[in-house]
Amino acid sequence: MTAAALRFDGIGKTFPGVKALDGISFSAHPGQVHALMGENGAGKSTLLKILGGAYIPNSGTLQIGEQVMAFKNAADSIASGVAVIHQELHLVPEMSVAENLFLGHLPARFGVVNRGLLRKQALACLKGLADEIDPAEKLGRLSLGQRQLVEIAKALSRGAHVIAFDEPTSSLSAREIDRLMAIIARLRDEGKVVLYVSHRMEEVFRICNAVTVFKDGRYVRTFDDMSALTHDQLVTCMVGRDIQDIYDYRPREHGEVALKVDSLLGPGLREPISFNVRKGEILGLFGLVGAGRTELFRLLSGLERVSAGQLQLCGEPLHLQSPRDAIAAGVLLCPEDRKKEGIIPLSSVAENINISARGAHSTFGWLLRDGWEQGNADQQIKAMKVKTPTAAQKIMYLSGGNQQKAILGRWLSMPMKVLLLDEPTRGIDIGAKAEIYQIIHNLAAQGIAVIVVSSDLMEVMGIADRILVLCEGALRGEQTREHATESNLLQLALPRSLAN
Amino acid sequence: MTTQHNVLPTARKPLDLRALLDNWAMLLAAVSIFLLCALLIDNFLSPLNMRGLGLAISTVGIAACTMLFCLASGHFDLSVGSVIACAGVVAAIVMRDTDSVMLGIGAALLMGLMVGLINGIVIAKLRVNALITTLATMQIVRGLAYIFANGKAVGVSQNQFFVFGNGQLFGVPVPILITILCFLFFGWLLNYTTYGRNTMAIGGNPEAALLAGVNVDRTKILIFAVHGVIGALAGVILASRMTSGQPMIGQGFELTVISACVLGGVSLSGGVGMIRHVIAGVLILAIIENAMNLKNIDTFYQYVIRGSILLLAVVIDRMKQR
Repeated sequence: MTAAALRFDGIGKTFPGVKALDGISFSAHPGQVHALMGENGAGKSTLLKILGGAYIPNSGTLQIGEQVMAFKNAADSIASGVAVIHQELHLVPEMSVAENLFLGHLPARFGVVNRGLLRKQALACLKGLADEIDPAEKLGRLSLGQRQLVEIAKALSRGAHVIAFDEPTSSLSAREIDRLMAIIARLRDEGKVVLYVSHRMEEVFRICNAVTVFKDGRYVRTFDDMSALTHDQLVTCMVGRDIQDIYDYRPREHGEVALKVDSLLGPGLREPISFNVRKGEILGLFGLVGAGRTELFRLLSGLERVSAGQLQLCGEPLHLQSPRDAIAAGVLLCPEDRKKEGIIPLSSVAENINISARGAHSTFGWLLRDGWEQGNADQQIKAMKVKTPTAAQKIMYLSGGNQQKAILGRWLSMPMKVLLLDEPTRGIDIGAKAEIYQIIHNLAAQGIAVIVVSSDLMEVMGIADRILVLCEGALRGEQTREHATESNLLQLALPRSLAN
Repeated sequence: MTTQHNVLPTARKPLDLRALLDNWAMLLAAVSIFLLCALLIDNFLSPLNMRGLGLAISTVGIAACTMLFCLASGHFDLSVGSVIACAGVVAAIVMRDTDSVMLGIGAALLMGLMVGLINGIVIAKLRVNALITTLATMQIVRGLAYIFANGKAVGVSQNQFFVFGNGQLFGVPVPILITILCFLFFGWLLNYTTYGRNTMAIGGNPEAALLAGVNVDRTKILIFAVHGVIGALAGVILASRMTSGQPMIGQGFELTVISACVLGGVSLSGGVGMIRHVIAGVLILAIIENAMNLKNIDTFYQYVIRGSILLLAVVIDRMKQR
């Protein structure tokens, strides 16, 4: 089937009080991978939801070829050959791969599923995409990358010729990303229209033929010639201003050792890990997914018990039984998954900021002091530049960047010695990223030891004084800021069998 | 969807108005229903009926205060109906055997505390689902109530004991006063103490609360322990009103209490709840039941109507969230 061009013409979408999209017009052509870029809140996801039939635009039209589409729901969109592969995959973990592929139209007679036919169809679907997946396997047992392939196979089996990816690589390993890129290239060569939403520059330059940039719900411009486009040009266009160096690195003096990790072992770690971090130092921890970075942080923050080895904080032995012990000692963690482990979504911004420190500022430790509650929330909102109408706003209505700043504000209300940041800027727009980097630098300048876990190489190299590389649950090497390059860090991060 | 409210100051006012309506809608509804009944139903406002209404609110109202904490923390407690019965029985038996009102009440509250602690420890430390845990203790405690009472009501002869159920202060029945005190106290506890705020945080996002340094297990145990004691208090008051401890009383009471909370706007999934939700829910349920009784509506029809109202309320709540 030859696909026709996808054309947005004057698309607008308004939510109560917010113009999410305003007069978006551009075309994406078959045989091309078309990137959509912009800061968070720029409107990319809203546009994809309109494409997928989840939202109905207030104005404008959507055309595929010559035909004007008016999707009323997701079923309309799928029937017109559109597939949107979301970040959160729409699959049922408890069911088999085959059942997931044909959910909603399982091959059946009088309601009885034809197992043999189902398996045959599933195998045909997966062929060439993910041959190693057994259709009978429970979906929940597949890796995230494999689940995504199942989702793609499902889209193709329904005859999709417009395929949109929303941040498809955010939780994939390097190997899985390579595989996904190859598949996207294949879809492109088969003449599909591919839309690609991502924050990751290197992917956009690697796979895309055109880039459309959004800002604040408006169309900014489309770059058709990727070879003439530079990284900086694209960033400048997205942010709307020049960014020389969003990492804002300034050399600092380092003090004595703040946290000493000695032969540490625990769940998720294969070999004992030892390292130090000094006061005022920013230590980067780089590694691929599954390298043990998050597991190491779970040990340092008291979420998991240490099975062997010692921790020392400022020369004193540190024994952690629970997150409360770590917090009391001044070892504070900003978790990787903000929604799941960081924020309390239905509570106000003020609640989210005050929750940890309030015990020390309450009468008898349990009776809240109104003055402190309000004062501290306002102070942290101001210091962290959290954009919120009031401190009483529910935190779930804030953007990811502002939620992250509120969590930083939570820890800044506390006595802090070591700050553990797990993927501090994942899914956060460039403007807010720059602010968070600045906060990190200011904290380090005050003598706080900061450990940053990130799978974003540019970020680790941009902010850290020193970088440790983890691989498969073991410490693989260390690079100083001066000597760190993308290739030597990646070389260390790749599992040995692959690196050679 | 990300929304940067700070760039849209004009959008603030309608939002606030909506929040205001959301917060107070059910209480307004309760007041409207009250006024409607006062206008349309003869004798609704008569002192005798008002007294009856107040007493009907009291038992559910007291237990609903602490059920609010259970629900706000993302759990619930089915054992409260049995605790009420057992507390009445225990109080009656201890008073019969010792002739001491204080000892009787103390023993009943202690029994409530024990049940609450067991619920809390099993749920928090052993991580058993609250539904199953309290379903089990509900049956155990009901059985104990029958065993203690030998299967029949245990009469009380101590006159001082009847103060709690039938006494008056400034013309207001004591159970109603205790209910009002509970509303005030637990409303305050929820908003102005670390215990209350931690309860909301646990219900809102248990993992985030743990990582933020909240003592999650201890708070959960405390929630159920307090709920046990307050359930027992409601049982003591009920026994006092009826001048006996009755092991069969309060069957299905736990569902009435949960219905009242949810009807008022407390979320079953945790993290959302205010004392005014509870007050509104308790009022609406009690007023409607009272009105139906005055109108001589058949009990069988009353079940259908009560269930329909609950269903309607949660459906409206669901639609509001869209």
